[in-house]
Amino acid sequence: MTSLDQTVSLRRDHSLSLWVGAFLVGLHVVIALLTLVWTPYDPTAMSGGRLEPPSLAHWAGTDRLGRDFFTQIMIGSRIALIVGVGAVAIGAAIGVTLGIVAAFATKLLDDALAATLDILIAFPTLLLAMLVVAASDTASLGTAILALGIALSAIVARLTRILAKRVLLMDYITAARTSGTSWFAIVFVHVLPNIWPTLSVNFALQFGLAVIAEASLSYLGLGAPPPNASWGRLLQEAQGTVYTAPIGAIAPGIALVSLVIGVNLLADGLRDIADPTRRVSR
Amino acid sequence: MVLFILLRLLPGDPANALLGVGATAQQIEAARAQVGSDQPIWMQFLTFIGNLARFDLGASFVSKAGVLEEIGNRMSVTLPLTILGFLVAIVIAVPLGIVAAVKSDKWYGAAISVVSQLGIAIPVFWLGILIVTVFAINLRIFPSGGFPLKGWANFGEAATAMVLPVLTVALVIAASLLRYVRSATQDVIGSDFIRTARALGSSFPEALVRHGIRNGAVPVISILGIELATTFLGAVVVEKVFALPGLGSMLLLAIQQRDYPNVQGVLFISTLLVLLIGFAADLLQRLIDPRLRGRIHS
Repeated sequence: MTSLDQTVSLRRDHSLSLWVGAFLVGLHVVIALLTLVWTPYDPTAMSGGRLEPPSLAHWAGTDRLGRDFFTQIMIGSRIALIVGVGAVAIGAAIGVTLGIVAAFATKLLDDALAATLDILIAFPTLLLAMLVVAASDTASLGTAILALGIALSAIVARLTRILAKRVLLMDYITAARTSGTSWFAIVFVHVLPNIWPTLSVNFALQFGLAVIAEASLSYLGLGAPPPNASWGRLLQEAQGTVYTAPIGAIAPGIALVSLVIGVNLLADGLRDIADPTRRVSR
Repeated sequence: MVLFILLRLLPGDPANALLGVGATAQQIEAARAQVGSDQPIWMQFLTFIGNLARFDLGASFVSKAGVLEEIGNRMSVTLPLTILGFLVAIVIAVPLGIVAAVKSDKWYGAAISVVSQLGIAIPVFWLGILIVTVFAINLRIFPSGGFPLKGWANFGEAATAMVLPVLTVALVIAASLLRYVRSATQDVIGSDFIRTARALGSSFPEALVRHGIRNGAVPVISILGIELATTFLGAVVVEKVFALPGLGSMLLLAIQQRDYPNVQGVLFISTLLVLLIGFAADLLQRLIDPRLRGRIHS
């Protein structure tokens, strides 16, 4: 095995993961958009018998109220994408701001922020999100997104802080500072563009994390209330009828895993584009 | 500590949650006096800190049972679940991770990596449901959930009730652990000391066992510490899937009932354990790698 062969095969692997990832994510996006205008059945209508097995009319059977299960899984794609995008956007907004502030702050404030973040990160995203949900009076999709966003922001903040500090040590920052560039300009001209590639790959990974965490919240009964067909809630309902209708406990999980794997693969592929040195060194 | 104060400031008075919608104003006042939420927030906080110092976590708003006692009972489920799951995960992940790194050019090395990639994308609860479907419903080997009322006094039943949850926890940790073991092994394989050992005449497996494990273990142990803490805190989902009366289901119930003493108690004990685990992982690293001993900050 020569090193050249290895490099070539690795490169092929990575573009493969990029394409597979893009395909899976694209599929979910298309399905999610489709549900805005068309679904096979009305998601709330009893279109068949109770707990029917899969058939041509109902590709994934029906649930315990006779509603088409495939329709609900399709809507689940939409919910998952909304949650993922929303939570990552909130997490990024809070996290990047905090991280940049910590990186620029005085030693004392920076240390305090870093210590707080370290403790927060020791708690799983799901647990933090549970607490935020508990803090709000009503369970809704918005609450779940906000909760996950806040929970994710600790991870983003820590990463941003480390990355930003590394950039701030560079000579060109010293040059910019001595030439009187404002701190605002330093952030937007030098720091953010430099750390953006790494951050955006991380956002993709967090998207997957958010989707899983939302499903878990819904599974625990702390997520979006019933009209929102979250995969987690579908699985939770199907667990009770798994003896008679096992398909219900399997299909939403496959949808969920395909989206998360898709996003992870896409992130892997993007990382190689964002950071060319990794193409050879791995 | 910040977390506990934030919890106190949550909207929604526990007295309301305690009594339900139909309560009269007097009843609410009485309940507020009873749970202490009529006092100013700083008084509540001082009381809380004072009690913590004496390890008095108070009593549940709902069941009136002592929080610490309740946590003790729940621990008898959660601790074995976490620790056994964790040990099984190490037994699975360490050898497989090393194989995946050493034999990455063989089909089974690559297959291990792919499966672990799949493993980190699977939510814990779905894995649990699948395991229940296969082992409890199709094969009927183990119960699908629940735990004997008498707990470990009924050892046989308690032990069989733990098999599937432990398996679920183990597989989840193993999937992510495996990736760290694999990359640590890859680093070790490419290192100078392995090449030197090979040049001095040891065979490759010999060099790996004698020098590789000790070196590769250091980064893996810090990950292990984080994973153990995550598992412990993440037990809430597994306990829900298998209807186990553990610490996680106690927290879930407490959140739903706004039973603040219970929520606080569980969080306090968990935080304490998480910090202890981190400390233990630090010590263990120093024991293995003498280079770390001189440093004060890790």
